[in-house]
Amino acid sequence: MGDALLSPQWVLVRLEAASAEEVIRQLAAPLVAAGRVRPSFVDAVLERERTNPTGLPLSGALHVAIPHTEVEHVCAPALAVATLARPVAFRSMVRPEETVSVSIVILLALTEPHAQIEMLMSLAELFQDPDRVRAVYEACSAEELIQRLNAVLERRRP
Amino acid sequence: MNQPKRILVACGTAIATSTVVAKAIEEGLAARGIPVVTRQCKAAEVPALAKEFDLVVTTTPVPSDLGVPVIQTLAFLTGIGKDQVLDQIAEILRKGK
Repeated sequence: MGDALLSPQWVLVRLEAASAEEVIRQLAAPLVAAGRVRPSFVDAVLERERTNPTGLPLSGALHVAIPHTEVEHVCAPALAVATLARPVAFRSMVRPEETVSVSIVILLALTEPHAQIEMLMSLAELFQDPDRVRAVYEACSAEELIQRLNAVLERRRP
Repeated sequence: MNQPKRILVACGTAIATSTVVAKAIEEGLAARGIPVVTRQCKAAEVPALAKEFDLVVTTTPVPSDLGVPVIQTLAFLTGIGKDQVLDQIAEILRKGK
């Protein structure tokens, strides 16, 4: 299971963070340490968040952000996930001048989006279901969060 | 003969978001009996590419004076208003030449 997208090393439950940048740095650090992404990944994600932010206002009370960047900064695909002890402001993808109060951050390290399309579609399906978003948010541990997220990601797998 | 309509799907980096949007549009319009082909691009590439397409669907802001209809929406990621947006796309494509 050394190549699983999710690992307790980069799933952070009830993360205390004051800013979007801090969340992204905390999530990216274990990916760099594990060799999933290049050291350049962090700045590339932060830069992309400045020019093309990724806050997504959802239909329920909890909102998400999906920071990511170009594939050349990624060595092997991974999803780093944080649930936030207190919501953090990310700028909105659709209206960058507005902010979204984000409770779950999923940092996407992608190498070949078309190979990972089922996973991406599953994430979009998750975002469309406030009850399942809440279930992921309320996970007590990294292991439980991974279990709940895998249940979502495996639904579409052929 | 119905040529498939061409839709340009844009997001920030043409990596994650537009992949999801393009697939959701293809599935949603196939269900409405409208064959489409999509191409993904970065928002910054839209002005240069738009003229070759019947419609631009984007998650992030793009210029509005492209000479092609533009729909900016997160519906394919958040599900909010997804059916309405698919109906709107179908309407634009049916009206188009």
